[in-house]
Amino acid sequence: MEARTPWQALTRSDYLRTGWPWRSAAYLASGVLTGVPLLLVLLVLLGFSAVLIGLPLLLLAGVALGGLERRRLRLVDREPAADPHRVPDAPGLGAWLKTRVQEQATWRELGYAVLHATVLWPLDLLALAAGIGLPLAVAAAPVQLAVDGHEARVAKTFLVTTYPQAFGAALAGLLLLAVLLHPLAALAGARAALTRALLAPRDAELRDRIGEVTRSRARLVAAFEAERRRIERDLHDGAQQRLVALTMTLGLARLDVPPGGPLAAQLAKAHDQAGHALTELRELIHGIHPQVLTDYGLAAALADAADRSAVPVETDIDIPRLERPVESAAYFAAGEALANIGKHSGARTARLTARHTGDLLRIDVHDDGCGGADAARGTGLTGLADRVAVLDGTLTITSPPGGPTLVRVEIPCSALAAAPCA
Amino acid sequence: MQRSGRRPLRIVLAEDSVLLREGLVGLLGRFGHQVVAAAGDADGLATAVDTHDPDIVVTDVRMPPAFQDEGLRAAVALRARRPGLPVLVLSQYVQRSYATELLDSGDGTGVGYLLKDRVGQIEEFVEAVDRVAAGGTVVDPEVVRQMLRRRRDPLAALTPREREVLGLVAEGHSNREIARRLVVTEAAVGKHIGNILAKLDLPPAEDTHRRVLAVLAFLRA
Repeated sequence: MEARTPWQALTRSDYLRTGWPWRSAAYLASGVLTGVPLLLVLLVLLGFSAVLIGLPLLLLAGVALGGLERRRLRLVDREPAADPHRVPDAPGLGAWLKTRVQEQATWRELGYAVLHATVLWPLDLLALAAGIGLPLAVAAAPVQLAVDGHEARVAKTFLVTTYPQAFGAALAGLLLLAVLLHPLAALAGARAALTRALLAPRDAELRDRIGEVTRSRARLVAAFEAERRRIERDLHDGAQQRLVALTMTLGLARLDVPPGGPLAAQLAKAHDQAGHALTELRELIHGIHPQVLTDYGLAAALADAADRSAVPVETDIDIPRLERPVESAAYFAAGEALANIGKHSGARTARLTARHTGDLLRIDVHDDGCGGADAARGTGLTGLADRVAVLDGTLTITSPPGGPTLVRVEIPCSALAAAPCA
Repeated sequence: MQRSGRRPLRIVLAEDSVLLREGLVGLLGRFGHQVVAAAGDADGLATAVDTHDPDIVVTDVRMPPAFQDEGLRAAVALRARRPGLPVLVLSQYVQRSYATELLDSGDGTGVGYLLKDRVGQIEEFVEAVDRVAAGGTVVDPEVVRQMLRRRRDPLAALTPREREVLGLVAEGHSNREIARRLVVTEAAVGKHIGNILAKLDLPPAEDTHRRVLAVLAFLRA
């Protein structure tokens, strides 16, 4: 396994042959490069904050530095640090400021900025000077001697006058470098740990983010659901009514035409085709959103899905009315399971059981087919598993090769108080 | 009922689509019936029935304000409030929950559940209106077909021929019509129906009522 941090790298015997010494040095050096301008910016803003405009800018500087530092952290930490901030509830600078001011992460970043500007970058500089500057200065003795011609004062302390002495010093310098690169990496590791501790999201913040993602996914599913309903209604109110009216008109026309003639045959054909279109449209509308689900609930809708299945399905359904999203997700998941039995399983019979016990809805769809069903292989169940997951539910498939297959949908939910199932 | 026995009916119609409402008024008028009131929602339907005291009500399932099953609810409520009022429900749904609930209301006579598509089969449709008005029970052939596909108790005991006969009974056909369709004698049909009633364990009663009970058993199966 590859080292993730300088600390881990230090424990390996090949530490000096890896890129870690140089990554550590680069991390410290870039710390100096960001620290110096940061100090200037903070000083200017501190001056401004006496008249209040500086305060928001100070926050901004902290947040901006936080982002930069998390990116810089990648030099010495292979695992990226996530952004601890939330997405503001509304667009615009005002909402942004309001969100940021309320976040602990913002203040941690500001604290880090002050620390970085005043203590950390000088420390980085000192470490670089001692850890790399000094050994390199010692190692440069032959060059110094060559430039001067007579003598060289190595590291401004002791004097060398001959080349053997100078090369001896160079060798010592390189050895010193090899030794000092170790504490350098240790320091870089410590710096990285401090940065991560202050700038990476805390557990609670991560939980918030996950909650937010779940909520937004739930909103997406709800929007999708509402859209299906709208399409269903539009088709019902529009195309379906017009087609019914059309078949009625054609039916009346047929009464007025003398039977046996060519026109009667044409009309009969048109009448027939309109009838077929109507049947297909009815099935299509049912597939988009089965109205029986809204009117009579999940129990009736499941029984109907079992009626329609190509493979005979034995049903055992005993559930109350549940909340709409639960009924809908459960219906489509069970419906897809039944459809898959018809398409892939080669089963002769299937069984559907639905129960609501405690606060858990459980639907089992069994078949005696050949098994080997896999949600990962795009059986349409993957998307439905996602939809069930939005409601904190699970969809599990047990399908060993040779069968039998069990698809189980479980969704935690409480029964609606009113109207038991029809 | 025979077509020769047709009498002019006074009809209250409930349908929210203007296009279909106008069409149905024209269609029924052509066959000598009179639509005395045409309502666009469930409340209008109840009021119109009270005002006009019609021979039969023809209503859509889905109507304003919520566009769910208001029409069916209104039909069920009407049958509870005015026992014996014939009601024919036009629906877009093959699902048996709707038909079962409707037929379960009242005593199961003078009631019909048809897919809207059926209004295109003009003569069949008008015949269904007549049959329901005369106290018959009519279930849409498509709904019947869907139910026949299932093999479940208590219908499991029936032979395929008996199931076929029961389906035709549910569609509201007379013994003579069933005999004609299956190309058998009326006596044979009578025998099948006797067997069906016995196998479904239906109590001895007047024939029409037992037929209705058989249809209900069929729908609930």
